[in-house]
Amino acid sequence: MREVIINPITRLEGHGKIVVVLDDAGNCIKAYLQVPELRGFEKFAVGRHAEDMPQITPRICGVCPMAHHMASTKTLDDLYKVDPPEPAKKIREMVYNIFMLEDHALHFYILAGPDFIVGPKAPKTERNVIGVIKKVGNEVALKIIGMRKKLRKLNETIAGKVIHPVFGLPGGISRPLSKEVVEEARKISDEAIEFAEFTYKIFKDIVLKNEEYVNLITSEAYTHRTYYMGLVDDKNRVNFYDGKIRVVSPRGLEYAKFDVHQYLDYIAEHVEPWTYIKFPYLKKVGWRGFIDGEDSGIMSVAPLARLNAAEGMATPRAQEAYEEMYSMLGGKPVHHTLANHWARVIEIIYAAERFRELAYDPDIESRDVRKIPTAIPDVGVGVVEAPRGTLIHHYETDERGVIKKANLLVATQHNAARIALSVDKAARSLIKGGVIDEGLLNMVEMAFRAYDPCHACGTHTLPGNLPIKIYIYNTEGQLIKTIERF
Amino acid sequence: MEKPKMALYWCASCGGCEEAVVDLAEKILDVINLVDIVFWPVAVDFKIDDVEKLPDGSIVASLINGGVRLSEHEHVVKLLRRKSKIVVAYGACSSWGGIPGLANLYDKEEILKYVYGDAPSVDNPGGVRPREKHVEEVELELPSFLPRLLPLDVVIDVDYYIPGCPPTPEVTWKALEILLSGNLPPKGSVLGASDRALCYECPLNNTKPDKILLKDIKRPHQVIVDPEKCLLTQELICLGPVTRGGCGALCIKAAMPCTGCFGSLDEVIDYGGKAVSYFASILDYYTEEDVERILDRLPDPMGVFYRYTLPASRLRGKIKTTMR
Ligand code: SF4
Ligand code: SF4
Repeated sequence: MREVIINPITRLEGHGKIVVVLDDAGNCIKAYLQVPELRGFEKFAVGRHAEDMPQITPRICGVCPMAHHMASTKTLDDLYKVDPPEPAKKIREMVYNIFMLEDHALHFYILAGPDFIVGPKAPKTERNVIGVIKKVGNEVALKIIGMRKKLRKLNETIAGKVIHPVFGLPGGISRPLSKEVVEEARKISDEAIEFAEFTYKIFKDIVLKNEEYVNLITSEAYTHRTYYMGLVDDKNRVNFYDGKIRVVSPRGLEYAKFDVHQYLDYIAEHVEPWTYIKFPYLKKVGWRGFIDGEDSGIMSVAPLARLNAAEGMATPRAQEAYEEMYSMLGGKPVHHTLANHWARVIEIIYAAERFRELAYDPDIESRDVRKIPTAIPDVGVGVVEAPRGTLIHHYETDERGVIKKANLLVATQHNAARIALSVDKAARSLIKGGVIDEGLLNMVEMAFRAYDPCHACGTHTLPGNLPIKIYIYNTEGQLIKTIERF
Repeated sequence: MEKPKMALYWCASCGGCEEAVVDLAEKILDVINLVDIVFWPVAVDFKIDDVEKLPDGSIVASLINGGVRLSEHEHVVKLLRRKSKIVVAYGACSSWGGIPGLANLYDKEEILKYVYGDAPSVDNPGGVRPREKHVEEVELELPSFLPRLLPLDVVIDVDYYIPGCPPTPEVTWKALEILLSGNLPPKGSVLGASDRALCYECPLNNTKPDKILLKDIKRPHQVIVDPEKCLLTQELICLGPVTRGGCGALCIKAAMPCTGCFGSLDEVIDYGGKAVSYFASILDYYTEEDVERILDRLPDPMGVFYRYTLPASRLRGKIKTTMR
């Protein structure tokens, strides 16, 4: 038996590692994705003041700190049984959509851009952010950088800090918005709409008009028939900030729709001895190992899953784009992992439209943004859709609001099993008869990126290249060959 | 002339410190013009092998963020120490342990037991745990989870510190200017931030009376503050008086108290200890009952006063392994 180790050097040696096992004929029989990351947040949350959790949990991920901040703040509303005033909820949701927009845009241009804008077959020296800039032009590049900067600055002004926000409290937010901030938000929201439209145009012109890309998106190697999960509003439309959790089956039928308080009835976590990440799955369907299909409890989250789990988008332009995608890809659900990029662009449109709706809502000018909680705290559960999927926080406290127990189900985790499936499938379909070519590296890389998993963090590379090294060992365990792709 | 070489690395980081560097925005291009980045896992394609091949001491400065939590982090930071003239602890985690350092209140076994066993959603009847070596078809290895999180300077010699969780782009830029100027301050200095307490740069400082006496303490969820008035005078634990300035009072501008992410001023050895004694000195109490009442108001002094600095404090958390 031989072993191939793929070490994504990004998030260096160990924030994600793939081991491929070959039989004596040189065929891949199994691939493992190992995530060596553990910090113990759920444990050291115990003993902390509950109201500090919105500032403690963002340190789980500094790339999407707003997701944890918001999930945590909503958990505190529930813990203290306090319903924030409408304006507070609207400001929170606006800030949240600004964050989703900015994070998705970063992913689309910087990370997926090299694959789709520059092209999967372009020379690797061009498959980076510089290549993206060349292709779209300097002016456009400045527009992208400028937009990100404005959105982040705005969120810093409202939330205190953009990396590790501080404004969320049970019952609302720390202070109302000033007139200037409201005006600024409105102005930027107009630009955001334009930015989203233009991003969609780029996606259509460069990606959808290219048959090769479309074939790649729909290729079997990237297809898994799993369950999909996401938050929906009362009309089953995608919502990032609030709603019910809806799960659809691989056939696209509603499997479950539940309030986050019932999450333990639906979701359980499986533990494997070879990775630090835990694998959530649908409890009632059951854990059947790393396989897809209706009988396997593996589910998927993040943009494509959200769109699959919903019945539409709540804003007009996003809805049009939503319909367009499903009609082009042959109806719902779409099982092609690479369609995540498409779904992400649709969510960019939604985030911009929702941002603008809320920015122009007169409520956000209100001074009434806080209700002091009076109930005795006990248990609280909260949920948001993070850029990378459903994020659930659950705290139990004593009567002083000191955490006794905490449970966190993090977005990337929900996708962990499906990512493992993707890696396994890519390896099996490519490694045959001992032939291991560069194609494998590319395939694996692209399978990763579509999910934008925080832990594999080739995802947040500036050049958009996930450097990979494969070690090939012979039966005696001697290194016979290394392949690099940098 | 050859450009000076620089490296950036993350240990048990949240990635926020990396984003903070990316938030330099256009200035990133200036950095790239001035230095040759030979290693930055999150952004450039050079790999650890390349670092190994460099002559010892050939990297002018390595900026390292995140605390040391896994055996692998230890390995890489030791390598970078060997290859670098200057090592800089970037951010709160690397400097003093940061928020993930609160894990040191529990030992390794307690953490593993909860995460893989007792957490309510875990379904693990066989009691499976991730293992450093596990044999399936082949042997699969994981780096080991160290008994506790270590600040960088416990593992290797550190020359400078850049504070903040994360450091702001302004602080980062100032620190880089100092590092590149060649005009280096004494070893152990804090770069890029202020030498004075946060209060001096706080917009509410002029509303702070010379002498404060607190009759009570409030937690942030218990009070709607007046955003125009010093938060201390509103009985919130704002750590501005004992925290190094440099962030521009970001939290306070959002009407939230400073939680101390820029750490202590020069000469202070134990941030939390200093903070506790400061607050003890401004509490207006006379009787035992007063003391009791006030302590009751703040059931988690550890999380409030040692939020970013526990592993570097005299307390060090629950596990008292010896320093290396
Ligand atoms: S110092 Fe703060 S921002 Fe930096 S890695 Fe640690 S938690 Fe993240
Ligand atoms: S106000 Fe305090 S906690 Fe907030 S960023 Fe500044 S130093 Fe850090």
